[in-house]
Amino acid sequence: MTENAAVEVQKASRVYGAGSSAVRALDEVSLTIRRGEFFTLLGPSGCGKTTLLRLIAGFETPTTGQILIDGKDVSQTPPNQRRVNTVFQSYALFPHLTVSQNIGFGLEMLGRPRAQIKDAVARMLALVKMEKMADRRPQMLSGGQQQRVALARALAPEPEVLLLDEPLSALDLKLRKEMQLELKRLQTETGITFVFVTHDQEEALTMSDRIGVMSAGNLLQVGAPREIYNRPVNRFVADFIGETNFLTATIRNGIPRLSNGEAVQAKGPARLDGKTVTLAVRPEQVRIDPEGPIHATIAQTVYFGTDTHCHLRLADGTELVARLQSPPSGDIGLKAGEKVRIGFVPGAVQMLEG
Amino acid sequence: MARSSPARTGWLLSTPALILLFIGALGPLAIVVVYAFLEPGEYSGVVWNFSTEAWFRVFFERDIFDDTVSMADAHLTIFWRSVKLSLLTTFITFVIGFPTAWFIATRPPTQRAIWLFLITIPFWTNLLIRTFAIMEVVRNQGLLNSFLMWTGVIGRPLQILYTDTAVLIGMAYVYLPLMVLPLFAAIDRFDFKLIEAGYDLYASRTKVLRRVILPIVRPGIVAGSILVFVPSLGAYVTPRILGGGKNMMIGNFIELQFGQGRNWPLGAALSLILLLIVLVALIAYVRVTSNDGGRDGQT
Repeated sequence: MTENAAVEVQKASRVYGAGSSAVRALDEVSLTIRRGEFFTLLGPSGCGKTTLLRLIAGFETPTTGQILIDGKDVSQTPPNQRRVNTVFQSYALFPHLTVSQNIGFGLEMLGRPRAQIKDAVARMLALVKMEKMADRRPQMLSGGQQQRVALARALAPEPEVLLLDEPLSALDLKLRKEMQLELKRLQTETGITFVFVTHDQEEALTMSDRIGVMSAGNLLQVGAPREIYNRPVNRFVADFIGETNFLTATIRNGIPRLSNGEAVQAKGPARLDGKTVTLAVRPEQVRIDPEGPIHATIAQTVYFGTDTHCHLRLADGTELVARLQSPPSGDIGLKAGEKVRIGFVPGAVQMLEG
Repeated sequence: MARSSPARTGWLLSTPALILLFIGALGPLAIVVVYAFLEPGEYSGVVWNFSTEAWFRVFFERDIFDDTVSMADAHLTIFWRSVKLSLLTTFITFVIGFPTAWFIATRPPTQRAIWLFLITIPFWTNLLIRTFAIMEVVRNQGLLNSFLMWTGVIGRPLQILYTDTAVLIGMAYVYLPLMVLPLFAAIDRFDFKLIEAGYDLYASRTKVLRRVILPIVRPGIVAGSILVFVPSLGAYVTPRILGGGKNMMIGNFIELQFGQGRNWPLGAALSLILLLIVLVALIAYVRVTSNDGGRDGQT
């Protein structure tokens, strides 16, 4: 339907088992992934993101609903007839084949001529900088190198969509950072649509064009990283992406007030008057401000180098974290037990349902 | 140096193994080799005179009256039947054993032990008794023929007992666990994600089987084939009972020489020929299978 959609998921559900023990891994999820974008499915383990990926790959068929790739319904099409390739979490490289043979496998199965396969393999080896390892077996490679081969193998047949199932989770932190940039570079260079699955919110924020946040088989919010971070639709998204402080407030005359009556600098729609809402505010948006409207006590301060985290307790017992930039001396000059007043950066407070 | 070198200590420590190897394997083999070059005694045993007559008689026979020499066709028929039946047994056990091993390896871990246990149950019973049981199944009034006649597929009982087919059925049954167990061990280690990877990369189901699964579980196939082929070639009990003495295999023929034939040197020479066939078969097999790795790529 959408002109430039690479993948369309229409009310797709996946149920495992039957009867009372049935598990609904995916619950009527609808989603459109645009051609050429880096799309990330983000959520905790068991949220259904891998199930959704497997539905797109064709390893499983939706219990109800449809999967469209390039405008065609492929819900019942086996994986070997979908122009989609997967980079597996465990890489799943063929141990009996060399790096070159692994990369050429897809093209060989598609029945491409030998010369063309050879060219493509050489191009892929160069793309992932593995030329020197062409004749090695996967077992002789490090985790990072195996990762590159898995990528090259999945990219070689030039799929419509490349699916990546937590491909970086087995790498150490430094290598993971490198591969994040590498993946982004590959995606830009090849122009192929990437669908990336991760539970790491930082990974999602740094690499993606758009993110879909999932929980318990549902897609909660789809949007650009900034949108997801700054305008979370509910408490789960706000909590899952980055660190967030939550405050409970009641709206009176359009102004949210804490239980002791202190007003929060935010605007509540008049229709919510008298209702209790949850306010979310990021730690970096909290200020220690002698003019601030809210009274708080400092519980403790934790030094993180560039930042100092200041744990605060409000009058009603709510705990709040303020992330303050460390001054040159390194000491922000606040002691545990000290009474302060705080405020929020204008526009930083989100009002959430639930 | 005052202290003994590690190499010498190593030799010392391995003497028990070496002694066992000598007494158990090399010693008897040496006796067989020596006997193959002696003359047969009148009633049994050997006469200590060097002779290559036994080797001559393996392949040729001399006419009693005019001493003309001709090929020993009967012997060659026995060799060929042994090799043919052993290869067929290996093939049949593989065709039945592979799906069986796959089935067991894909069960939940708690059920696997039960299936493996069931596979090993035939080992509990004496080979002779199991072979007689097969006889009961394939004989003219046996289970198989009765069933086939009851269903109306055949009008008269099939003569299966005392044919090569009966020997084949018996050997396939007896050696099946030896194929299933190494195959199971190989499939159990197999990473099933690789099947998905194959499908994902445009391989059809048969291509996944041929290009991904079989090459990776090859060590299990090789081990199973050797474990079935080698004892099949030397089988004695099964062809003796199910083949009825007429359809001999090498094992029965060798036994004949040490028993009724009273020609120990010929028996020894035949044993060495059997050893040679096994050796050639193994070398050929290892060569064929180890070349595969380089063959199935495009580079």
